[in-house]
Amino acid sequence: MTTTIREASTQTQIGRSYPRRDAREKLRGAAQFVGDLLLPRMLHGKVLRSPIAHGRIVSIDTSAAEKVPGVVCVLTGTDLRDIDPYYGHAIKDRPIVAIDKVRFHGEQVAAVAAETPAAAAAAVEAIVVEYEELPVLATVEDAVAEGAPLVTDRETKPGLFHGLGELAPRDGNVCYRYRIDRGELEAVFARADIVVEGEYTFPSVYQYAMETHTVIAQLEGDEITLWATCQHPFLVRAEIADLFGVPVANVRVHVPYLGGGFGSKSYTKMEPLTVALARKAGQPVRIQNRVAESMVTTRRHNMTCRMRTAATADGRLLARDVECLFDTGAYADNGPRVVATAGDAAPGPYRWAAYRVDAACVYTNLAPAGSYRAFGATHLQWIGEAQVDEVARRAGLDPLEVRRQNLLTPGEEVRSGAKPLDAELVGDVEKVAAAVGWGEERGPLVGRGVSVGLLAAGAHPVSSAVCRLEADGRVVVLVGTTEMGQGPRTAFAQIAAEEIGVEPDQVTVRGADTRFTPYDRSTGASRSTTIAGLAVQRAAADIRAQLEGIAGTAEIGPGEHLALMRKHFGFAGGELIGRGEVAPVGTGSYAEGPVFWEVCVGAAEVEVDPETGFVKVRRTATAADVGRAINPQLVERQDEGATLQGIGNALFEEMVYEDGLLLNDTLLDYRVPSFEDLPSEMTCVIVENGDGPGPYSAKGCGEGALAAVPSAIVNALADAGVPMSELPLTPERVWRRIQELKKEGKWKQ
Amino acid sequence: MEIALSVNGRDVVRDVEPQELLLDFLRDTLALTGAKRSCDVQVCGACTVLVDGLPVSSCCFLAADATGTEVTTIEGLAERPEFSRIEEIFTRHASLQCGFCTPGMLLTVSALLDSGELESEEQIKHNLAGNLCRCTGYRGILEAVAELAAAE
Repeated sequence: MTTTIREASTQTQIGRSYPRRDAREKLRGAAQFVGDLLLPRMLHGKVLRSPIAHGRIVSIDTSAAEKVPGVVCVLTGTDLRDIDPYYGHAIKDRPIVAIDKVRFHGEQVAAVAAETPAAAAAAVEAIVVEYEELPVLATVEDAVAEGAPLVTDRETKPGLFHGLGELAPRDGNVCYRYRIDRGELEAVFARADIVVEGEYTFPSVYQYAMETHTVIAQLEGDEITLWATCQHPFLVRAEIADLFGVPVANVRVHVPYLGGGFGSKSYTKMEPLTVALARKAGQPVRIQNRVAESMVTTRRHNMTCRMRTAATADGRLLARDVECLFDTGAYADNGPRVVATAGDAAPGPYRWAAYRVDAACVYTNLAPAGSYRAFGATHLQWIGEAQVDEVARRAGLDPLEVRRQNLLTPGEEVRSGAKPLDAELVGDVEKVAAAVGWGEERGPLVGRGVSVGLLAAGAHPVSSAVCRLEADGRVVVLVGTTEMGQGPRTAFAQIAAEEIGVEPDQVTVRGADTRFTPYDRSTGASRSTTIAGLAVQRAAADIRAQLEGIAGTAEIGPGEHLALMRKHFGFAGGELIGRGEVAPVGTGSYAEGPVFWEVCVGAAEVEVDPETGFVKVRRTATAADVGRAINPQLVERQDEGATLQGIGNALFEEMVYEDGLLLNDTLLDYRVPSFEDLPSEMTCVIVENGDGPGPYSAKGCGEGALAAVPSAIVNALADAGVPMSELPLTPERVWRRIQELKKEGKWKQ
Repeated sequence: MEIALSVNGRDVVRDVEPQELLLDFLRDTLALTGAKRSCDVQVCGACTVLVDGLPVSSCCFLAADATGTEVTTIEGLAERPEFSRIEEIFTRHASLQCGFCTPGMLLTVSALLDSGELESEEQIKHNLAGNLCRCTGYRGILEAVAELAAAE
């Protein structure tokens, strides 16, 4: 399949900030989310969750719960004896409900289906569970200690979609390890003039998609139908088919609008339990999480890291050594991929003589951790870039100058065997530095910082799309991408409109219904515009080619489509069907992976109050290095959203655990950024170098800013005099650090 | 118990449980699903509706306490003539992404526009801090609200 890309100058729909196609529905409250749907005979599910972090289940007595009026059934692990109830796309380690043991505070122990939410809640209260408490592994250090008890004694059974080559067997509580070793590390460190080293801590974070995980399941014979808040409907379909022993095509997943995702709805979450409950009830069931439940459904990995960086006296970077332990909680979820991506991000985009990465994914008795926007890069970039800034300070150089000297340039190797660098990083960092007033005079308590990183993006490049040109001249695009706010329905409408030669308001893009929508691997890893968008472009170009074939000429005006279709079909019906595919063969850039390197470049200006430790973010800037912006306004909005999440991650977001118990499981105690956290200036620089592998040379964005912004804030705070090695930068932590600096005589005031 | 109230200008008389929340009453009994459930603790603002013109978190407001009041949801606001201007400006600034917070946000904005409490950028940031948005980073909303307020 070939695609002819018209010259940019003749494109009318690309690079245009076309209004969101979903704006009207969403502004009027008419957009439907899973929780807004009702099915006939639908029951309400409610989950009993473990009150302890680790324990043996001695007994479960459901007899009182079953007698609560309105209750249809109570599900426990004993109801799953006819299937292998363990799932997980990376490692099949997680039971649908706890079997024999609970391994984290909040684990699913039983579930009730009832006619009303009140009856379901009353029945959950009436279930009596006796636990025998077991020792709790509350930290990664405890979990990797000599002689630590095992969180799971199951052998590693690879999931359907781990995507990590050969999965090694579990080693104690380490379920996955990612290692890179390049060059003569110790020899290079031995000859370095400057060695920066430190130990760092990154917190557990809640994605807080405002819509909590919600699933409706309905079973008819061996057909399973789901309406689910999922980013990856086709992967959920496969896992459900595998778990319940039905053909893939018998599982139908509908995905309406999602109320935010950010990775929290990637892969399989509440779907297996909802299906199991509906299976037992014999009626459709809905399970809708509360916030406290979604917080323990998935979260961002907390992590500890030791890093050292070697450089010459004149600021040439030589070597880097990274060891980190990622806390994936009681079940792997997407931990192995998070750790591999972190390992790729750890060295940073520099020319090293040697580097070593040893990143471990560790089971503990915390809630399972998985994907959250820019995972891996957010974990490691702030550490590596803080060390680059420290090299600059010791070498007496401007941090920007150190980056100019050491950053990779386009075409250079990023990682052995991976796609070479496909972005102009020096240009990107200079642009964001300028946007926060780099080099301008500033007060003594004001600091500025920049940060540069790369994130392996695109996931697995498999997507397909169908375009239908209907007999009234309108176009329907069938594509599996989930609309969770990022705007693919608008971008795809523009792409299809551009290729076919209509206006975007003539194009309708709907959500996935896996019975009819062609396969798309997933919505995540900033892949949709690049990969699914390319499939849409090819499907639309196929329609265009068919129209040109009917006309016998390439010169077709939009007004001629209907006449051509009538000529072809001989009446006022029929439709033209265009097909578009992207697969990891054929176009060289997909052979080695990642599909592209997402650029994570940002800058910040902060002011610290030494009396309170309060850090105010005054200015931020991010580079959306997108190759070509299909819709520039939506690109900016992506970076702005990621910037605010980055500010939350840097300054105050943290899930607080004590002995494995989550202490702050409401939004009263877990604070996310509000209007008042908006910086005075927030700049998004769109960089269009035409170097992406997607449609019109586009490449994805929306995650990089979340990796870059916390890092730029940390560097800006160090520039203001307060180097920190623990996130978030709460006033208490910053104030204590200032007191230490005063004692050491290092506080400049 | 029986309650009688006006919802979006229409009279409604229904039986409710004494502990029933206004949010559940609107969503489940009246099928007005524009108000969304999220935090349950009056922090996020996704469930915001107007009760006698003032924004309240319907997740923490008893349906019984709404008896005798005029309740406006996003479905009602969208029917008002002034809504088309809000809709045009929010669309032009791309002030929404997933749309889950949007109905509550618009109801708060509409009430505060009426009371003149969105005059400056600082006032907008302070007075809208009770409506969270996890997607947009707020700037698009700020731009739209500033334009709406300037035209008041």
